[in-house]
Amino acid sequence: MTSTESKPTDLPRDQLDIAAIKADFPILKQDMNGKRLVFLDSAASAQRPTSVTSAMTLYYETTHANVHRAAYTLAEHATDAMESARKKVAGFIGATSADEVVFTKNATESLNLVARSWGAANLGPSDAVVLTELEHHANIVPWQQLAAEKGFEIRWIPLTEDGHLDLTDLDQLLGGAKLLAVSAMSNVIGTLTPIRVLADAAHAHGALIAVDGCQYVPHLATDVVALNADFLAFSGHKMLGPTGVGVLWARKHLLEEMPPFLGGGGMILDVKKDGFTPAEVPHKFEAGTPPIAEIVGLGAAVDYLDSLGMDQVRAHEVALNAYAMKTLKDRFGERISIYGPTNPSDRGGVMSFAFGDLHPHDVSQILNEHGVCVRPGHHCAKPLMRILGVGATARASWYVYNDESDIDVLADALESAGDFFAF
Amino acid sequence: MSDLEELYREIILDHYRSPRNRGELETPPAHRTEGFNPLCGDEVIVYLLLDDPAKGDDAVVTDIRMGGQGCSISQSSGSMMSAEVKGKTVGEVRALTKAFKAMMSIHEGTLESGESVVTASLDSDDTDNFEDDAPEMDGELAALRGVVKFPVRIKCATLGWNTLAQAIRESIES
Ligand SMILES: Cc1ncc(COP(=O)(O)O)c(C=O)c1O
Repeated sequence: MTSTESKPTDLPRDQLDIAAIKADFPILKQDMNGKRLVFLDSAASAQRPTSVTSAMTLYYETTHANVHRAAYTLAEHATDAMESARKKVAGFIGATSADEVVFTKNATESLNLVARSWGAANLGPSDAVVLTELEHHANIVPWQQLAAEKGFEIRWIPLTEDGHLDLTDLDQLLGGAKLLAVSAMSNVIGTLTPIRVLADAAHAHGALIAVDGCQYVPHLATDVVALNADFLAFSGHKMLGPTGVGVLWARKHLLEEMPPFLGGGGMILDVKKDGFTPAEVPHKFEAGTPPIAEIVGLGAAVDYLDSLGMDQVRAHEVALNAYAMKTLKDRFGERISIYGPTNPSDRGGVMSFAFGDLHPHDVSQILNEHGVCVRPGHHCAKPLMRILGVGATARASWYVYNDESDIDVLADALESAGDFFAF
Repeated sequence: MSDLEELYREIILDHYRSPRNRGELETPPAHRTEGFNPLCGDEVIVYLLLDDPAKGDDAVVTDIRMGGQGCSISQSSGSMMSAEVKGKTVGEVRALTKAFKAMMSIHEGTLESGESVVTASLDSDDTDNFEDDAPEMDGELAALRGVVKFPVRIKCATLGWNTLAQAIRESIES
């Protein structure tokens, strides 16, 4: 799975003003270990622009009260702030109604919600759930946990040599399945999966499709209707928003049919001694006081991304993919192997690589001395690691505030890692 | 010496490039134990052969082999460990383990972060708590002292030792 050189004709036009964008992210202005901080770990968690933190501060300083269930004006303003963020998020992913947007803690909770609510109500011993070999543990373990209770089968879509999904046996795998749960983009090797094709295939077999959009939604224009998805999970902190807030989008009729996940305040219409009546969607799935300020912050992150334009964001990242693949191959040749699809436009802005026989942990240690943040490890995708035949990879990932100079620093730092370990 | 050179002493890189006692032993009579560092995916496999597990602390490590994959710190620490413990009694190995772990924590400038890592690694075994007056480490193992300045790497350095402790426990119990 080594990359070949990209064709320059693949390069889309990249019109973002990265210097101006960088200036919006105070955290990037610091030095680390005496060097300019070069943050290449946005796939784990992105940074946030001042507009996001200011929106949250402003909310706390002017608007905060618990949402819903209050007659006073301040609480009404807080509720409005939260519901307006819900509308922004709905718009951002092309949802037909804001009622289809459920706020959770993160993508992990969103996927667990699908498993524990829809899955528990719909899956039994004679059923099957189809996953893929590139899933994050967040889209594996909840299904394994549920399968242990309900006895359904878990099937796996395999990968091709170059890190795409191998759809040869898709029809067979989907036969008799009730759900296909698949990541729209690998957080390890960057593969973009053909969600629309998979959704149509799943539907043809009477199955639903749950999309882990954790890496996709922050980086590519998303339209749940065009994707023909049934569920979509993602996290705020990977899309310039705060930690502590995530989203589950689902078709409204599914949310209406599903039993509540967590029980408590906020999710009920009525409670009597002998039982309760759940609230309408989406509140039915939002038990307890929600992370209101974080939701407001997520709304501001959506505004920021909208102001850049998601098509521009994507074009920029494809350009960086091409630049990084070319730069690293030109400088290190056979000494570097880049995992995953070889075409820059088949990938998100995530690049796992092996550098000679150096262990990723050692590589990242040296890069850290140069102020470069990359992540070594299994990236919560151990089944994929086993397929790649490694225990860990070093992973660099980019976003709107990264540019070619960051890739150059990465390459220089790798050079010095090679020198340090004398290989 | 910079912190980084301190971390990657020549002798460490030597053990990493040419690991000692690499390979497998037949099980039984040897005992095989796997250890994982969930943080970075490092993996160590210890094959331990005791002359007579029933002797407990007096049993002698007649042979040891190491397998697995991982970073220079986890692999070199395991390699050095294998060289040190061969021929020692279980009691001596336990004392050495204690001393090694003490070195990983008490020469620590930023105790708080160091401590949390060490505590986490302790969770996975039941070895006794460190003694503050543990003997100074000498020989090649002392080269690993630089690891304490990099708290996240302490787990790498102790992986082989924790796995050996588990292998000893399992050998004696079975
Ligand atoms: C593809 C994918 N799915 C799910 C998750 C889980 O996200 P979170 O930890 O925010 O719940 C991640 C985060 O690493 C991811 O990359």
